Amino acid sequence: MSAEGIKKEPLVRIAKRPELTKKKAALVKFSSIIMALFIGGLLILVLGHNPFAVYADMVKGSLIGKISLTATAKIAVPLLGAALAIAPAFKMKFWNCGAEGQITVGAIAATYFALYQYQNLPRPVLIVVMFVSAAIIGGFWGLIPAFFKAKWGTNETLFTLMLNYIAIGCVKYLRLGPWMEQGQMFPKIAMFKPEARLPDVFGVHIGWIMVLVLVFVIYIYMTKTKHGYEIAVVGESISTARYSGMNVKKIIMRTMFLSGAIAGTVGCMIVSGSNYTLSDGVANGYGFTAIVVAWLAKLNPFVMVFISVFLAVLKKGANTIQTDFGIPASASDVLTGLILLSMLASEFFINYRLVFRSKNKEVAK
Amino acid sequence: METAALQLKNLTKTFGSVVANDNVSLDIYRGEILSLLGENGSGKTTLMNMLSGIYYPDGGQIFVNGKEVRIGSPKDAFDLGIGMIHQHFKLVDVLTAAENMVLGIKEKGRLNIKAVGEKIRKINEQYGFNVDPDKKIYDMSVSEKQTVEIVKMLYRGADVLILDEPTAVLTPQETRKLFAVLKNMRDNGKTVVIITHKLHEVMELSDRVAVLRKGVHVGDFKTSETNPQELTNLMVGHSVTLNISREKYENPVKRLDIRNLSCVNEDGVKVLDDINFDVYAGEVLGIAGISGCGQKELLEGIAGLQKVSGSIKFYPPDGSTEQELVGKSPLEIIKCGIALSFVPEDRLGMGLIGNMDLADNMLLRSYQKGKSVFADRKSSANLAAKVVDELEVVTPGIDTPVRQLSGGNVQKILVGREIASEPAVLMSAYAVRGLDINTSYTIYNLMNEQKMRGAAVIYVGEDLDVLVELCDRILVLCGGKVSGIVDGRGATKEEVGLLMTSLGQKKEANEE
Amino acid sequence: MSTFLSFAFAAVLAATPLLFGALGEILTEKSGNLNLGVEGMMFMGGVAGLAGTYYYEKAVGEPNAIVSIVIGLVCAFLCAAFGALIYSVLTITFRANQNVTGLALTTFGTGFGNFFGEVMGNAAGGYVSVGAVTKAAFNDGIPYLEDLPVVGKLLFSYNFLVYLAAACTVILAYFLFKTKAGLNLRAVGENPATADAAGINVTLYKYLATCIGGGICGLGGLYIVMNSANGTGGVWVYNSISGYGWLAVAIVIFCTWSPGKAVLCSLIVGALTVIRYYYPLSFIPAAIYEIFPYIATVVVLIAIIFRKKKNNLPPSSLGLAYFREER
Repeated sequence: MSAEGIKKEPLVRIAKRPELTKKKAALVKFSSIIMALFIGGLLILVLGHNPFAVYADMVKGSLIGKISLTATAKIAVPLLGAALAIAPAFKMKFWNCGAEGQITVGAIAATYFALYQYQNLPRPVLIVVMFVSAAIIGGFWGLIPAFFKAKWGTNETLFTLMLNYIAIGCVKYLRLGPWMEQGQMFPKIAMFKPEARLPDVFGVHIGWIMVLVLVFVIYIYMTKTKHGYEIAVVGESISTARYSGMNVKKIIMRTMFLSGAIAGTVGCMIVSGSNYTLSDGVANGYGFTAIVVAWLAKLNPFVMVFISVFLAVLKKGANTIQTDFGIPASASDVLTGLILLSMLASEFFINYRLVFRSKNKEVAK
Repeated sequence: METAALQLKNLTKTFGSVVANDNVSLDIYRGEILSLLGENGSGKTTLMNMLSGIYYPDGGQIFVNGKEVRIGSPKDAFDLGIGMIHQHFKLVDVLTAAENMVLGIKEKGRLNIKAVGEKIRKINEQYGFNVDPDKKIYDMSVSEKQTVEIVKMLYRGADVLILDEPTAVLTPQETRKLFAVLKNMRDNGKTVVIITHKLHEVMELSDRVAVLRKGVHVGDFKTSETNPQELTNLMVGHSVTLNISREKYENPVKRLDIRNLSCVNEDGVKVLDDINFDVYAGEVLGIAGISGCGQKELLEGIAGLQKVSGSIKFYPPDGSTEQELVGKSPLEIIKCGIALSFVPEDRLGMGLIGNMDLADNMLLRSYQKGKSVFADRKSSANLAAKVVDELEVVTPGIDTPVRQLSGGNVQKILVGREIASEPAVLMSAYAVRGLDINTSYTIYNLMNEQKMRGAAVIYVGEDLDVLVELCDRILVLCGGKVSGIVDGRGATKEEVGLLMTSLGQKKEANEE
Repeated sequence: MSTFLSFAFAAVLAATPLLFGALGEILTEKSGNLNLGVEGMMFMGGVAGLAGTYYYEKAVGEPNAIVSIVIGLVCAFLCAAFGALIYSVLTITFRANQNVTGLALTTFGTGFGNFFGEVMGNAAGGYVSVGAVTKAAFNDGIPYLEDLPVVGKLLFSYNFLVYLAAACTVILAYFLFKTKAGLNLRAVGENPATADAAGINVTLYKYLATCIGGGICGLGGLYIVMNSANGTGGVWVYNSISGYGWLAVAIVIFCTWSPGKAVLCSLIVGALTVIRYYYPLSFIPAAIYEIFPYIATVVVLIAIIFRKKKNNLPPSSLGLAYFREER
């Protein structure tokens, strides 16, 4: 720094700002989404398309008409389910990036019963068994990293991520090995018999009713129950949790079991509700996108409904613009990423303000 | 007249509504040792932090050798030859002493650790230090680290050396060594400023002394022309009598019986060494000691938060059989029906959750009650309202996050919650630290109320004036051992102060 | 013996992108920034490198191998560094949560890579592919030396990126442990308050380390896209980089933030990814072979718990934001 520089006050300082009202904070966040869509629009413009036409097409392709709507719903349901699954873990500041894997193992468990036990069980029982087994296996899959985190403090982000790839590897093994359907060109797992498929309500499998119920359940669990309170305290401060007599390890493990179990049931919904078979990509990135949903919603289940629908619209809409404009469907990932990044930036403007040199004197209180 | 090496003019710094420094002007000369004297919270450290570039003043000017300067960062301070040694050492643990010396220095050429070592050895010789350039910081004792800090400043060519309470962490021998070195440096033409609240150090070491009280510079003297009495009066203001009430509780009974309590912390250091004492219902037992002498571990040990060995017997107020607390988790203590309250030192890190509202913070100690899966938020909201009302907590409402409250109100919430359960034992650690005088008295009164209600109150404090006026008995900890238990009514500050340091000498003798 | 040679050769090829990712992340983490967006940055680097060389070839018609290489490297580096820059602005200046920002960068980068990969493919009428010259430039070994018996194959037949990765390792190790700037950087990651007090520009160091680290990760992405051994060889394959970034992050943990050990760890993980082609065991299905690296990572994550030497711990401020006037 030059001698001149020393003489001056810093050009810009960052100062904490008094709490913004909820309305203002929401406005800042909303404008950050607009900002992201604007940048996305520029991108579309560069590709030589009219951004308004493209966005309009996305909305049309995802929300107008029954076929579009059901397709969008089929994306939104598992997304919302997965976001609800990771919400308790995230509230606990346990970065569960393993919903993808937990969905996958849940799907494996459900598939086992769908393929090999369907003749032995009446349909309602079969479906219940599929869900319960998916929940249990998903729960245990979530419990593994939680156990090591609680006991020895292993890095849960990496642990859960690695378990994703392991779960997907297991599906691949089953697809190429014991569960391979005979007499097919490509090695794949057989389609579920109708008995093992979820019934539809208004054109979408009943999973949508289940996740909507789950929205309320998770909301009440997180805000009203003792468990929810424990989770919140552990997330804020482990030493406060211990001080107040909480068994931190037990809470971590219990919460991750729950988180994994919900993700597991989402896996069951996907295989028995929309795919009717098990494939390597059964989780289809829902587990990852759910992280975005949960974070953007600040872990509020009701807000998650809107965000997951919004992201589902992006995803379905991106498929539409691929056909209509030849814009790759990955556009939805780019947009989702942009929105998340700009939302993260907006948090800063909610919590801090910039103090410029000239105004320094008046602003300082 | 000689120009001052450093001249401060009307420096002001505020934090929120607290004025830490109010129009402070002070001259500091070359080749002198200046003591900056003041009680805890009088703004000494803040003032020096503005010289070392940690804080930027809200108003006022700083002159170095007669030229006005702006010190916007620690680097600016270095460039002006000002080096400050903070209470928390600014050293990187995984690096060696030599590596720490050259951090951030902009010199041309390659990193030559050997040459650095040579230069350190030269400084060692010149001033009488003993720093091993190749030793990693994490292998060093506190005093060694402090020496590295001082050598680091000299290595970087500091002319003005500011030390923040340098003796707080040292044994008397180490202190003597440090003082000798500082005098050496003065004789070599350096300027030394030490921040302290210990009068005997001022008298022993410094050439000049400046006194701060509540952020205001209230006077400076040549040390030879003043005396401890005058300085004390300046430092504490006129009347030092605090007038804290202390009633006598009739018929105290034993509540806690602590025998052979020891604790080894994570680093393998014995922080509590064979502690024995009793606590009675209806008394305030003060615990005094230099910070880090085992106070934290003692309280946390009783609360079940720290692994300890030995025995802690609890005698329930209803006269039923005593219960052993050692080996019980906080949850088990609650489940045994033992009403044990604890106001920890780290209010927002342990006692409360800053991001939660008042009501939810009330829930921390009671949420487990009842069989329902739902947490009882109604009674916690009622309790919050009650505490706000009774302790006159200033808050927009009970749904305000605690972190938005001022320090005093935060403490009221914490103490209010802890006494709400009508504890049999109430422990508090530094309950009035950083609080204004009114809130402090509120806290003293609450402690007294609890005592007269028949609770056993344990009060860990740092202000000796308060301890001798508030407490019925004072237990003094020194280096993890009990160095004495005195009757609060007859005790003097000096007596307690002496006990705080007495065992330290023995301890060092053992180590050597 | 020749199986082993081929295996070792393939392991080195598989290890190199992981090594780039790990080196970049080591540099980043040494500054105290835990950037989980390695995968995203690899995608960004990969697609940008491909785009750079592809459009260069298209523009000149008769491409020069050296120019093509330089363009590929520069584009990959800059684009990934741009991703890291976004991360830096958000976490260093805007103080956002590092975990979530890293994940966001992964989402964005993955989408970015696939999106532009496909856009280029669509424009090229199907899929995008570099020409023979570039492909050779990115895959051929060292002329003459590679024809030597045994050592030729083992030491000299790799593409230049392998040697570049090795050079990066040496440079990074030298930088971190033998230079003043490296010392300063380590101080920033360990204890930013101290570094700040010592007059080190903490923000600048964090920005530079994170962005350059990101750029290096991007080279890993470029490698995957260009390498024929992966079956890509200068062609954009949807999601081809998926999984590598996370492995690289894991390698950083078990190499204890040491560039030298990162080589070893990358080689082990690289070897695990290709071992099934060389030493297939009939009782282990191929799909199970594929998850070996991930299982190994989990095992190591657990194993490092029991390592308590102070030298091997992560930078102490890893994952934490730093502000000076925090009270």
